[in-house]
Amino acid sequence: MTRKLKFLLFALVLVLALGAASCGGDADEAAPEEGGATGGTLVFGTASDPVVLDGALVSDGESLRVIDQLFEGLVTLEPGTTEVIPALATDWESSEDGLEWTFNLREGVSFHDGEPFNADAVCFNFDRWYNFPASFQNANASYYWQYGFGGGFADPIEGAAGPEDSIYNSCQAVDDLTVTLVLNRSSAAFLPALSLPSLAFHSPKALQEFGADEGEVDEEGIFRPTGTYGTEHPTGTGPFKFESWVRGDRLTVVRNDEYWGEQAKLDGVVFRPIPDNAARLQALQAGDIQGFDLVEPQDMPTIEGDPNLQLLRRPAFNVGYVGINQGLPPMDQLAVRQAVAHGLDRQGVVTDFYPPGAEVAKEFMPPQLFGYADDVTEYEFDPELSKQLLEEAGLTLPVEIEFWYPTDVSRPYMPDPKRNFEAFRASLEQSGFKVTPRSAPWSPDYLGAVDAGQTQLYLLGWTGDYGDPDNFVGTFFQTQQPAWGTDKQPDQAIIDALDAAEAEPDLAARTAAYEEANRLIMDWLPGIPYVHTQPALAFAANVTGYVPSPISLEPFSLVSIEE
Amino acid sequence: MLRFVVRRLLLLVPILLGLSLLVFGWIRWLPGSPAIALLGERATPETVAQIERQYGLDRPIHVQYWRYLNNVARADFGDSIVTRRSVVTELREKFPATIELALAAMFVSVLLGIPLGFIAAKRYGGPLDHASLVASLLGISIPVFFLAIVLKYVFAVKLGWLPTVGRLSPLIPAEHPTKFYVLDAIVTGNGRAFLNSLKHLVLPAIALGSIPLAVIARITRAAVLDVMNEDYVRTARAKGIHPLLVDSRHVLRNALLPISTIIGLQTGLLLSGAVLTETVFAWPGLGTWLVGAIENRDYPVLQGGILFVAVVFVLVNLLVDISYAFINPRIRVS
Repeated sequence: MTRKLKFLLFALVLVLALGAASCGGDADEAAPEEGGATGGTLVFGTASDPVVLDGALVSDGESLRVIDQLFEGLVTLEPGTTEVIPALATDWESSEDGLEWTFNLREGVSFHDGEPFNADAVCFNFDRWYNFPASFQNANASYYWQYGFGGGFADPIEGAAGPEDSIYNSCQAVDDLTVTLVLNRSSAAFLPALSLPSLAFHSPKALQEFGADEGEVDEEGIFRPTGTYGTEHPTGTGPFKFESWVRGDRLTVVRNDEYWGEQAKLDGVVFRPIPDNAARLQALQAGDIQGFDLVEPQDMPTIEGDPNLQLLRRPAFNVGYVGINQGLPPMDQLAVRQAVAHGLDRQGVVTDFYPPGAEVAKEFMPPQLFGYADDVTEYEFDPELSKQLLEEAGLTLPVEIEFWYPTDVSRPYMPDPKRNFEAFRASLEQSGFKVTPRSAPWSPDYLGAVDAGQTQLYLLGWTGDYGDPDNFVGTFFQTQQPAWGTDKQPDQAIIDALDAAEAEPDLAARTAAYEEANRLIMDWLPGIPYVHTQPALAFAANVTGYVPSPISLEPFSLVSIEE
Repeated sequence: MLRFVVRRLLLLVPILLGLSLLVFGWIRWLPGSPAIALLGERATPETVAQIERQYGLDRPIHVQYWRYLNNVARADFGDSIVTRRSVVTELREKFPATIELALAAMFVSVLLGIPLGFIAAKRYGGPLDHASLVASLLGISIPVFFLAIVLKYVFAVKLGWLPTVGRLSPLIPAEHPTKFYVLDAIVTGNGRAFLNSLKHLVLPAIALGSIPLAVIARITRAAVLDVMNEDYVRTARAKGIHPLLVDSRHVLRNALLPISTIIGLQTGLLLSGAVLTETVFAWPGLGTWLVGAIENRDYPVLQGGILFVAVVFVLVNLLVDISYAFINPRIRVS
């Protein structure tokens, strides 16, 4: 055979192989194998892999999204709301002083490994969290136990809360299906915090068998986990159970046929990491996935205009604000902060740069939450009033200020920080200020600068973790923080008001206490909230039953794929 | 030859030592820290200090560097601060994906680039030459991510022929003993996974291969033009040797030296991880891994990953040098 012929034959084989590869077997693409209202597998595009499937050790959204399908806690939230409803506890009561909470547990519930769920399992989990080794006591690992729930540790490391600062005191198994949690202090945020997926229950047997807390501490004192629980054997009681995880590629959960409640409609869900936003949208349009989260505002019209797709909006449960650092003069003067507030054209920014559903914020928490006060002091855009306030404060116009905004980031409450900044800068410069722009890449530079108290005026925001005002105003103002300059200029009246509101067990009194705290905050003006937004998810048009949740955790068990 | 290889390998030691110092210094010089990247809006000075203590980041920098060198000497690159998994384990997962894509891209670019350059040279100054020049310029100047988005729009969204992301449809059961998905499918005899993983390779390989394709076509054209004017080619033609034989034995073979150099260098580049292509196609390789590590200031991943990429690059270059000897006997003799 001549060389030429050999080459031609080789080329022919290649062309055939490529042809087969590019055209063959259309059936094996991501379209669900079985359609219909029950069955089928939903492929959901995520921004990244989870870190580990152990809720007690993570605080990132992608981990919690999967964990929420596999695990359950004592209580959960009514889908689509922040209302606490029973989950593994059927009912509960607290002592009059709010220090003892007794829960009646659901009968006949078992973990995915067949182990029974009972009072001992509840106490085993609480004991695990409370007795976490030093390596799990940092805010990256046990964030929600520490800062969501208020839990401390039996043997705390430096900087972590100990037994005396812990809301959790002990857990007592009264009988097989009754458990009492004893608290060190009363907190009405206790019950909503129990709905966090980080406080959901794991099979004690699986935790031990697969070394959930095991690891080696190397010569440098750095903990290196060795167990496989959170990566290969997560074992909860939820409507889905873990099947497999190929990192960077897919994480598969399948229906738990032994589930105590209503069975999941889908056979399974595959979570597929696609870090790039545009790639997620194209994957949905091409049918490679059937849904994804974190839709960019600029993509919303495309999705809404496509009959094969649908856009679902979550209820607003966040706040975007202009933070003020009172530690950096002249922001220590109330008149200057008021001038800033009157100098920000918030309505203009929200109308021009936010998708439908966004509304102007007048306080640091969303209106859906109890404790929201309708009658806080409001600050209309009024450049003349700003100038007047500055002059009355004895300042020479224009007053020079530094205004920071982050680059390389899009947050649900701040899709395009630079445009927000530019509009705010223009309106502030009309109002007697001379703005020096400062910017830095979001993470970690920008956040680092804000956090260290180096930013005079800055754009930031927050998305709620659970349905309690404590998660918003408590997080911001109940402690002294350099970002607000409250380490240098604290307002004790507000800290006291928030402490009292958190401890108040009666809902009506608590609502009033938070309303009052919100009024105080908006008079003191530590910053200017400007927007609440509705983050969106996108799905194929034939996906039904997905109920968007304010806290961004939705049960896939209610979802089905129509023919 | 052996002495040459050994000398080049020994040179790796000072190169890597210098590089490790540079990388170590550079990532610590960048503002921010892994703790703030991890905690985002939730960072407070206390929680940041706590995490830095936990990962030994609060110690003097020379102490950290010395510990790092000691560990690297034992092939221990530490654990990722974000995923809490060993850097070596992650490297083992990511590198096969990058190699698979790089090889596919080189396959596309060599298969099309050499003939394109050759034809352009043969039709020097003609319309085909001009067309190939335009195509090469386009290949080099169109941003890869833009090309990728257009390719996906046409072949995936509109025509529905090819997938947009990933290495394999998540609904196809498959095992991954080697982590090279095409190879895995062959080894495990999984025909469906084989076809599907090839389909997943097509668009990223074309997008990623567009730049080396253009470079290879241009270099081939220039090299062939050079050789075509050599005396021995004219002599061969004068002797009445078949034009195809002249082209393959005398022209192309002698033009291969610069072409193989450029193929080697481009392969080295592709193996370092194609950041944009991997991101747009959600291809879980070295590129996306390192970019994520920079965003998260994941020191152990950056320190280990960049060092690894450097070793790969140096080794590929060494292989290119060695391959000269086989292609060009003159180098072998000297």
